[in-house]
Amino acid sequence: MSLTEIESGAVDAGLEPKQEIAGKSPWLLAMRRLRQDKASMISLAVIILLVLAALLAPLISKWTGHPFDIGDRRFGLDRDGLPYGPSGRHWFGTDSLGRDVFIRTLYGARVSLLVGVVATAIATVAGVIVGLLSGYYGGPIDTVLARFIDVVLSFPYLIFAIALVAILGPSLWVTILVIAFFNWAAMARIVRGQTLSLKEKEYVEAARSLGGSDGRIMFVEIMPNVLAPVIVLASLMIPIAIVFEATLSYVGLGIVPPTASWGNMLSDALRTYQVAWWTLVVPAGFLLITTVAFNLLGDGVRDALDPRTERIFAMKRKKDRKAVEKQEADARA
Amino acid sequence: MTDTDMTSAEAGRQDDDVLVRVENVVKHFPIKQGIVFKSEVARVHAVDGVSLEVRRGETLGLVGETGCGKSTLARCITGLHPVTSGRITFDGQDITNLPRARMRPFRRDIQMIFQDPYGSLNPRRRVGSIIGDPFAIHGVADGAERKRKVQELMELVGLKPEHYNRFPAEFSGGQRQRIGVARALALRPKLIVCDEPVSALDVSIQAQIINLLEDLQDELGLTYVFIAHDLSVVRHVSDRVAVMYLGRIAEIAEGPDLYGSPRHPYTNALLSAGSIADPEVSAKRERIILVGDVPSPINPPKGCRFHPRCPKAEERCAEEEPALVPRLGDPAGHDAACHFPVEANEHLGHKLGAVEPSSEPTS
Amino acid sequence: MLRFIIRRLLLAVVVMWLVSTGTFLLFFIAPGNPAKTIAGPKAPPQTVEIVKHRLGLDDPVIVQYGHFLGRLLHGDLGYSFFSNASVGSILAGGLQATISLVLGASVLWLVVGVTVGVLSATRARGVMDRAATVFVLGGISMPTFVLGLTLSFIFFFKFEQWGLPYLQAGGPAPDITTDPAFWLNRMILPWITLATVQAATYSRLTRGSLLDVLGEDYIRTARSKGLTERRVIYRHGLRSALTPVLTQFGVDIGALLGGVVVTEQVFGLQGIGQLTLQASTNGDLPVIIGVVLLVAAIVTVANLIVDISYSFLDPRVRLS
Repeated sequence: MSLTEIESGAVDAGLEPKQEIAGKSPWLLAMRRLRQDKASMISLAVIILLVLAALLAPLISKWTGHPFDIGDRRFGLDRDGLPYGPSGRHWFGTDSLGRDVFIRTLYGARVSLLVGVVATAIATVAGVIVGLLSGYYGGPIDTVLARFIDVVLSFPYLIFAIALVAILGPSLWVTILVIAFFNWAAMARIVRGQTLSLKEKEYVEAARSLGGSDGRIMFVEIMPNVLAPVIVLASLMIPIAIVFEATLSYVGLGIVPPTASWGNMLSDALRTYQVAWWTLVVPAGFLLITTVAFNLLGDGVRDALDPRTERIFAMKRKKDRKAVEKQEADARA
Repeated sequence: MTDTDMTSAEAGRQDDDVLVRVENVVKHFPIKQGIVFKSEVARVHAVDGVSLEVRRGETLGLVGETGCGKSTLARCITGLHPVTSGRITFDGQDITNLPRARMRPFRRDIQMIFQDPYGSLNPRRRVGSIIGDPFAIHGVADGAERKRKVQELMELVGLKPEHYNRFPAEFSGGQRQRIGVARALALRPKLIVCDEPVSALDVSIQAQIINLLEDLQDELGLTYVFIAHDLSVVRHVSDRVAVMYLGRIAEIAEGPDLYGSPRHPYTNALLSAGSIADPEVSAKRERIILVGDVPSPINPPKGCRFHPRCPKAEERCAEEEPALVPRLGDPAGHDAACHFPVEANEHLGHKLGAVEPSSEPTS
Repeated sequence: MLRFIIRRLLLAVVVMWLVSTGTFLLFFIAPGNPAKTIAGPKAPPQTVEIVKHRLGLDDPVIVQYGHFLGRLLHGDLGYSFFSNASVGSILAGGLQATISLVLGASVLWLVVGVTVGVLSATRARGVMDRAATVFVLGGISMPTFVLGLTLSFIFFFKFEQWGLPYLQAGGPAPDITTDPAFWLNRMILPWITLATVQAATYSRLTRGSLLDVLGEDYIRTARSKGLTERRVIYRHGLRSALTPVLTQFGVDIGALLGGVVVTEQVFGLQGIGQLTLQASTNGDLPVIIGVVLLVAAIVTVANLIVDISYSFLDPRVRLS
């Protein structure tokens, strides 16, 4: 069928809406693999629960009548001034100032999730942009940026973070920015490496020969191929950021009381844990569960996005299918 | 006749017929070294003074071994590499080293088809989007209209338009090359440079793609530069053929002339290396085996570049670079760069000392 | 080769210069009036002026910068705002505790990490591997201070309560030269705390690296030659598998100085980390700057050594 024939309408081009076949997008395939991974699904459920709890914290606080920053006048501390253990009134007990531990933990979840996600988001965006620019343009820009990335990556973050916060003063935004500053370099290094190899691909040359601008090539051609490792790294960066914030708050240089953060709750617990184990165990437990959940999910995402593991998933699907068929056959027998 | 002028035959041609004129183009890649600031220590002479023309509507074949500079030349013509010196004219206008913005309109007229069907398509994008790129980049069509045009293109190259949303991984090698062709055709270019478009395909598929390219040429009035390393593939599609060696043109002629009476010893060697299906004929023919490795383009030999490997080389060849002009009374348009071109009944095989003579059947 | 070393040395010098200038600039952005703090809140303005002059704080920026660099090159880091000791002596005092902490922990984490990694790789998907995976997951998820607190709680506090022989996780500073037994007792928990996270990471790294290497053709050749499995793994496989681990280790020694902070705080060790914390709480800028520069120097030197020794091992690096 020639083009002139089509254009002149002389021949029925057969272009009526035929059933258009959707392509097997690599993302859809990855999602399917992720759904198969039980550990990831459980982690995802835990995280969603946590997010919900964090979002609803003010409501829950109002509903139970326990604020996060003011101690319970009558039932916060006992006659000796010591906190109460878990009870019907205070599900996780009270802390050294009589505040309800459960509510404070929920508020702490807000801080951890907020800082974790926002710091990671900032680090990711900055890292991707720097990595793309550095890898794509090469030359002197790349030499300087690559060295800078190496330097930032090799320095002990905590000591510098402490120094920075000591000078700038602790606050929520300083914490977020400090964490982002020490994480963007890891992202940038990965993106740069990928970009360096991808820019030699023929489809990039093809785009250039079509007249595509640098920006278009970077964001339409290169970036979709870089997204997979970026997503994996970002999902593994979140728990790192959460731990980082907890550590900073623990030493007093992150979130300061009365705002509740799991880190400063633990620092507080140092005074009371010998008589009130719940002040230590509850925030520590939540911190641990959150970090493990994010780490498991991150691992699952990495496996899902790696086409090499598809064989393992396919074999498992086949095995499952065979097992179901056998059951049905047995049932009919 | 100096080398910097065009050949006598080309000088007489009317400009109207010529679509692309390449004048003494040189492309060198610098090799840099240094502790802090790198300075140039050597250069790769990828293309070292090439002049030729591409006429409207023809297919110009460009052959040579790996490293002879044909791909680099192709990229110079399409503006992907800036040239070190020389001039390139397209449709009468000078497009040498134009800044990107000024080159953009020409990119609608000059397109390229790449060698690797697996590498030339972005694996993470749908083919409809890939083929629609030219429309997007040049702001020609949008939305539903763009989709319609893309589907028309897909039909034109022999693909099913319903596969618009598929990913390149879901197509075979031959189909992917068709996608590449569709992408190149989108804006109705005048010139398509095909950089070894069938080298990576199975032989049976090669024929299909070549036929497709020929049909499209007839239908759409396209001009092709067809690059390959295999003379037999080029023979079928080309009107004229140019043979490149180490950055320069060794011989250029109309198809029948080149295959019938090749003048340059290198052309002869290439032709003799081609495979012949009939084993009896193949056993009887003469094999010209060249001695030595291809010299590196960083330090090309003085004089004629081919002289270290040439069976006919003499002192003059090491000193004086031969001009690309008609030899031995050939018609205008058949040019060879050789001081001692091969004559009609000459047998090069016999002149090689250290090498096995042709294998005559001994029975 | 020589060119490579020179380039790395130049880079190291540039980095040190940049870091010192950066910290100097931070010193300037710092709010607060150190002269006033030192002179005391009740001091009259004239005294504050005198103190300011003494400290050289009223000179123009460039002059101060010059003094700063000059003193640095002589190894003089200035004096603490709070105690009258020189920053240098303060840091030297802290180094002892930090070094025993880091060295002990690194031995522990290398041994445990590599062993677990090897066992895990050789019996992939076995019980050992699964147990190791849990260990790894817990190790990397657990924030150092949580682990430290937990260990301290159980092995120090609770064991003492229950009358069991306990590990001293707080109290006076340990000194290997005077009382080795006490030193060991005191350092075990901090070592475990610091080492666990690293051991987890290293065991994962070793496992991955060894699995990759064991899939290579030359290992298959060794097996087909009839060598025992043990020989194959330890003699042939481990050698290549350990290269990335060692490189990581070289880099980590420097970067580890960060994790040290928390461990020292939890166990009351007066090392560099603790000093930094105290200095930052007190606003003692010279000490903070001193620590930053010291750490930067250690990291730069460590990186330099790793780079250069890597170039001996891998010819591709040398020729690049």
